[in-house]
Amino acid sequence: MEALSEFDLLRPTTLAGVLEARSAHPNSRLLGGGTDLLVNIRRGIVAPPVLIDVTGVGELRCMKADAHGLEIGACVTLTEIAGHAGVARIYPVVAQAAASIAGPTHRNMGTLGGNLCLDTRCIFYNQSEWWRQANNHCLKTTGDMCHVAPKSRGVCFATFSGDLAPALLTLGAEVDLLGPGGRRSLPLRELYIGVARHDEKATGGDGKNYLALKQGEIVTAVRARHEPGLRSAYDKVRIRRSIEYPVAGVAVALRRDGETLADLRVAITGTNPRPVLLEGTQALCGGKLDAGVFKGLDELVRDQIMSMKTTFTPGHYRRRVAGVLARRLVTRLFGQG
Amino acid sequence: MARILEFILNGRKRLDAVPDNRLLLDYLRETVGLTGTKTGCDGGECGACTVLVDDQPTLSCLTLAASVAGKRVDTVESLGANGALSAVQQGFHEKLGSQCGYCTPGFIMASAGLLRKNPKPSEEEIRSALGSNICRCTGYVKIIEAVQHAAKLYAAGEARP
Repeated sequence: MEALSEFDLLRPTTLAGVLEARSAHPNSRLLGGGTDLLVNIRRGIVAPPVLIDVTGVGELRCMKADAHGLEIGACVTLTEIAGHAGVARIYPVVAQAAASIAGPTHRNMGTLGGNLCLDTRCIFYNQSEWWRQANNHCLKTTGDMCHVAPKSRGVCFATFSGDLAPALLTLGAEVDLLGPGGRRSLPLRELYIGVARHDEKATGGDGKNYLALKQGEIVTAVRARHEPGLRSAYDKVRIRRSIEYPVAGVAVALRRDGETLADLRVAITGTNPRPVLLEGTQALCGGKLDAGVFKGLDELVRDQIMSMKTTFTPGHYRRRVAGVLARRLVTRLFGQG
Repeated sequence: MARILEFILNGRKRLDAVPDNRLLLDYLRETVGLTGTKTGCDGGECGACTVLVDDQPTLSCLTLAASVAGKRVDTVESLGANGALSAVQQGFHEKLGSQCGYCTPGFIMASAGLLRKNPKPSEEEIRSALGSNICRCTGYVKIIEAVQHAAKLYAAGEARP
């Protein structure tokens, strides 16, 4: 690793202070746990002149999980989310996703905000300056080609791999943002614009431009309503069971009404430049959980998941892993007493 | 930019001028001279640099020194007292939990963090608490036994965690 570049550290204790620092330093970056950002700085991927440490801002540390709803502030740590009794009992998919991130020490440091906004990754991007330079850099930094998808014509295919986003997507969560223009809320789904289809540039997003945040805007919290009867769970496959990024991660929420699959939501991470809430799962509901549902689910995964190769696995393998995890979770949750 | 950093290191108050971009790991090793904390992968992947910040295992290679202001930091040097090993150190010593020894300070601090929170961990809890640490020599069997032994010593009141 290289030495850290020079930067100034600001440590505001109020949200107003954070906004002020953001507007005074447009090229600053927010520092939460630092488990991703500091690594990227040391690799020379980014060199922000100012870091704003937001972990001392009390307003970003709210944590509530009861039968009314879920609300988690951006600076709540992953350990705190995973260990919160209310989250584990009422929103198990969120607790399981948080508990599956990296390793325990990383979870003591990493935050909700950092995991939701986690930088997208790629074998050609998360490398040293020297390595990337030998490859003429890539689209996500200063190059003009996506090495993992050479025919992508200007579209970056770096992968989003945060685990909390898919979990929260299955709960229909909303994300609260604060910027120079004030507060606004978005469905969490709309925070992620990395669609990365060459024929469909409607969002203008890809692996490089993957968040709908405006200049100076920050994530302050995420919220979800409690939906009685909704069962949920998260699972992921990694090359080893800690520290490693996912081969694929899958969140499932479903409702069972007698023998009928009444509702189904499936979200997948580690495969596309955004966490994908599968479209079309509602059409699989309304009947028994039979082979037709699984066939339909496989087709949705096949059509909407476009994983790239990593150091360990080819892309098509990761897509199959995502499909298998989804089937297993749906089976398990449907059968749950 | 730099700032005056004031915090508690291994039970004693410390006051130092540190640059904003100084990592806690480099600060401990180079400014303070506590070289028990090891630089391993230097990117948060191996856990050799683990220290306790307010009793929570933390990767000092991904923590800015300035961000521990007002907090309590414990390194491996804080464990033994007056020539006596701590429970975790004694456990690693007796159960041969260390081979080349490079990862050991990190494992010991992660284990100490676990025992301070949960003095009687199950094997599964030990495995999960050591999930951020990598050892390339031992295959982990001896390390798990070492932590189990340390928990027994601690419970018997024979040593501090």
